[in-house]
Amino acid sequence: MDAEITLRVDGRPRQCTVDTRTTLLDTLREHLGVSAPKKGCDHGQCGSCTVLLDGRRVTTCLAFAVAQNGAEITTAEGLAGDGEHPMQRAFLDHDGFQCGFCTPGQICSAVGMVDEARAGWPSAVTPDVAGSVDIDDLDDAEIRERMSGNLCRCGAYVNIVSAIREAAR
Amino acid sequence: MTDLLRPHAVATPVERLDGPAKVTGTAPYAFDHAVPNPAYLHPLQAAVARGRVTDIDTRPAEELDGVLAVLTHRNAPRLASDEDAELAILQSDEVAFRGQFLGAVIAETPEIARQAASLVRITVDEQEHQVQLRADHRQLYVPEEVNPTFPTDTSQGDVDLAARDAAITVDERYTTAWYHNNPMEPHSTVALWQDATLTLYDSTQGAHPVRTAIAPVLGLDPEQVRVIAPHVGGGFGSKGTAHAHLILAALAARELPGHWVKFALTRQQMFSLAGYRTPTIQRVRLAADHEGRLSGIGVDAVEQTSRFKEFAEQTGIPARTMYAARNRRSTHRLAPLDVPVPSWMRAPGECPGMFGPEVAMDELATACGLDPIELRIRNEPHVDPESGKPFSSRNLIACLRDGAHRFGWDGRDPTPRGRRDGRWLVGTGVASSTYPVHYIPGSAATVRYLGEGRYRVEVSATDLGTGARTVLAQIAADALGVGVERIELGIGDTALPVATVAGGSSGTISWGSTIVEAARIFRHEYGDNPSEGDEAAGTTPENPAAERFAMRAFGAQFAEVRVHEDTGEVRVPRLLGVFAAGRIINPRTARSQLIGGMTMGLSMALHEESVLDPRFGHIVNHDFAEYHVAANADVGALDAHWIDEDDPHVNPLGAKGIGEIGIVGTAAAIVNAAYHATGVRVRELPVTLDKFLH
Amino acid sequence: MIPFDYQPAENAEGAVATVARAPEATFLGGGTNLVDHMKLGLARPSLLVDVTTLPLDRIETLPDGGVRIGAGVRNSDAAAHPTIRERYPALAEALLSGASGQLRNLATTGGNLLQRTRCVYFQDVTTPCNKREPGSGCSALGGYTRYHAILGASSDCVAVHPSDMAVAMAALDAVVQVTGPGGQRDIPVVDLHRLPGDQPHRDTVLSHGDLITAVDLPPAPASRHSRYRKVRDRASYAFALVSVAAALDIEDGDVRAARVAFGGVSHKPWRARRAEDVLVEGPPTESTFWDAAEAELSDAEPLRGNEFKVPLARNTLVSVLREIVSEQR
Repeated sequence: MDAEITLRVDGRPRQCTVDTRTTLLDTLREHLGVSAPKKGCDHGQCGSCTVLLDGRRVTTCLAFAVAQNGAEITTAEGLAGDGEHPMQRAFLDHDGFQCGFCTPGQICSAVGMVDEARAGWPSAVTPDVAGSVDIDDLDDAEIRERMSGNLCRCGAYVNIVSAIREAAR
Repeated sequence: MTDLLRPHAVATPVERLDGPAKVTGTAPYAFDHAVPNPAYLHPLQAAVARGRVTDIDTRPAEELDGVLAVLTHRNAPRLASDEDAELAILQSDEVAFRGQFLGAVIAETPEIARQAASLVRITVDEQEHQVQLRADHRQLYVPEEVNPTFPTDTSQGDVDLAARDAAITVDERYTTAWYHNNPMEPHSTVALWQDATLTLYDSTQGAHPVRTAIAPVLGLDPEQVRVIAPHVGGGFGSKGTAHAHLILAALAARELPGHWVKFALTRQQMFSLAGYRTPTIQRVRLAADHEGRLSGIGVDAVEQTSRFKEFAEQTGIPARTMYAARNRRSTHRLAPLDVPVPSWMRAPGECPGMFGPEVAMDELATACGLDPIELRIRNEPHVDPESGKPFSSRNLIACLRDGAHRFGWDGRDPTPRGRRDGRWLVGTGVASSTYPVHYIPGSAATVRYLGEGRYRVEVSATDLGTGARTVLAQIAADALGVGVERIELGIGDTALPVATVAGGSSGTISWGSTIVEAARIFRHEYGDNPSEGDEAAGTTPENPAAERFAMRAFGAQFAEVRVHEDTGEVRVPRLLGVFAAGRIINPRTARSQLIGGMTMGLSMALHEESVLDPRFGHIVNHDFAEYHVAANADVGALDAHWIDEDDPHVNPLGAKGIGEIGIVGTAAAIVNAAYHATGVRVRELPVTLDKFLH
Repeated sequence: MIPFDYQPAENAEGAVATVARAPEATFLGGGTNLVDHMKLGLARPSLLVDVTTLPLDRIETLPDGGVRIGAGVRNSDAAAHPTIRERYPALAEALLSGASGQLRNLATTGGNLLQRTRCVYFQDVTTPCNKREPGSGCSALGGYTRYHAILGASSDCVAVHPSDMAVAMAALDAVVQVTGPGGQRDIPVVDLHRLPGDQPHRDTVLSHGDLITAVDLPPAPASRHSRYRKVRDRASYAFALVSVAAALDIEDGDVRAARVAFGGVSHKPWRARRAEDVLVEGPPTESTFWDAAEAELSDAEPLRGNEFKVPLARNTLVSVLREIVSEQR
């Protein structure tokens, strides 16, 4: 069963007809030619398909596109704008990737995560969830925990953490 | 090979040339290529481990709107060769392992293909299966050789006698688990069959090797197959050989000429169709005097292969070379099972094969009352113990000492369970690493002058995250005496000059030496002032020194492990590696490869285990929620260093491979540290919390 | 996945009526479990009614001092909410220990409660499973049991409920607000999920068409001194082997109220009443903690392969209680 939807993807309005079964990830990749989000597991278990959906980091493999009609989506490609986002520059400076497959998801996740920390959200390793949290509390342990939804099989975690640490400043 | 390349670009931390494309998500991986008229393939798989297909009812699938074709063994074309039984799919009704391809549905959309596949009714006459590896398996056999061409068994002197006469012995059984490579990018291919040629955008560790493997199966000349792989999302060995999905996609493409057939294995399917590392059972024996001097080393490895195709992991190899001892023995025995065929996974042989011996060395150190670093130093061989050849360079001791200094090893109290931080028991451990130098002939490169000081260099190498695209440009720049920005590099395409597989940590040195050779010929022919269009080609130069020397990289890994006294949770707050691997071409990407290997080693130590259910014959934890690879939070302060190592013999670059050594020894260092923390000796990977609870 | 119709809900009653009418219809929340299951062939709805369009995305303070969390509130918003963090820290901790940042941004309160077991056999349509196909058998018995039950299981099913959030809610006496075809009703979280018995296909006491609209947290002094501790195979992004939610109200050196629940051990969040009884009205000492754990776990029936969960549950409970007491000093 088909549905007509409109999305705003990386700043551009995009219309398409999708099968209701089509995930947001497949809509982006197979219908709209937006291949920055990657399919690593298709079950929300790896984070490679992460984008910013209305400003928040989400996996796109577990969302039906039809339920996201009207959403604003920013992928790693869109984050770059005409050049590169500071988070992307930090990943380059720190060699925060190897094969690059998880990288667009890592970067979207990192941008979303830093926003969450700025908004004062605690994490599972925040010593006192009842206390206030701000961006200065974002130490390595916090970054590691908050970025654990993005698997990297090449093992670039150490460099990802140092990249985010720098970009979050 | 004393005429080493003079480094300018080489040995500098050049930023990845494909970095901007990767961080913006614009680097195209196989499935990302925009193709007109796509069709989507979803496979049919066996749900039993052994049997015969008696019926396949494909009608409900064929009747679905949007289905383009359904392939099964009944209508699939005959393949031209069944020599590689893994690739000879859909040729009979036989089921040799659970998850095996029994067919495919190709449809206009992925949703329709998947739904249609679920409608196909397959009836199988199930037969009794054997899938469980046991040391006492009744059909254990002696393979002719082990991967790739090592002797199966070696023996010098008499280990039994040495053990009987030794003051101190260790004789233990160590096991490593069944592991899946799990690159982040699933095995994907996009195939077009048109005008008697097959074009594949493929996720592979070698465009030419894939072509060489599949062309004869499909009855094609290699020239009729084009494989394009500009970016590859990791492989770790699982994309080093052709797997059956390539043939399935090719058959589907042949069925639907003009359609680009898109096929990516699901994560779940990767657990039965893309290779894996065999579990190993290792009996390790060490015999030593009171001072820890080894008189005997024995490793007897039992591992599995599939019944339909043999793969023999070379688990006993590292013990042949690590330490001196007059009496030595290594053996490999295989159990033939109704399972998918094992294959390469990062450092086959060395990775599992250093686990048992390096934990055993720690046990020996404890038994002798010796520091484990000192024990290793005392058993340093002067020449390669089995071949008797000198090492081209061997700096294990330097790595151990440098690492000990950086890690703060000196003054370590060896007493187990002696340190705590709150409820955490704290310990430290060490293990050695090693990996052979695989310098592989058979690549070719061309150098063409583009004018204005620019060169085009072509070799069909693959960059699966290793940094090949960057380091090969650095090597070419130095070989041609220009800056890196003057090099335009072409890789990852069978339309380019042939290259060997990105495997065995061989890529940079083999392809790089080939580029150096092509550049040498170019400069010989055209001098320093070439004209636009001047071109020269070279092939991988022979290395006469290879016969005279044993060539290996070495390293040492240090771990701090914490085990929670209440819950048994295991953490690795610190992991340090120091390596001696010849000249480092690019310190930035090299460090990434080393820490990447160590991170995968940590993952192997703490988490990874493909859990077989012997009743069904498949891996039950077949996704990323259940097969745990290390997440970011599992990795603490992890770092890699290297010592300056000048090796004039290995190749014109003076470099050794670094893609795999990082994973070798990590698990042993962690297990040894866990023992130091708790007094509990774990000999069975992974080191999960239950091993500390009682 | 079979083709399905999609409808955004306009109001709760209408959504309930629509789903109640159609046996193959179901509600769609954040989708993080349902979409997963549709891909795996475990769920085959022909109609999805999207309830994220309903105004159930608020967290409000109730007149009695309790807090109401709308069923559509995303897990991340609930965990970040100052009132939740301050008054019910165990709940915030439980939410934060579940899944990943990305999934918490999608997953809803209602969906989290209703997520289904992660039993590997349940999730694999090629293996028998009584929960998925009643009467087909339980493959976990005699199979891979690391993530399976030690309490309250049956010979038909040994699966566990995977939620962290629900464990904290069970300990905190939360109450689920349900709108069904017959109107509205309240169900304590501890009574929402069932033990498997001989009907493991039924995870909860809800009927087809029932829609969770909110979860109410009662005011309770002990809740402020609550903790959630999750023990798992990875340091993050993994389901619990064992988890403990606990709250203690200590006055004048004695425990006045104790609330304890275990996760990862049963088909439902396991409220540990026996442990609570041991803890209450005495001083919070190490030996009482061990006695409490023993009282709760003496009936535990581990399976071959998950025996370690008994000492793990015991030790984790003691560890959490110790921590709560040290913080209150």
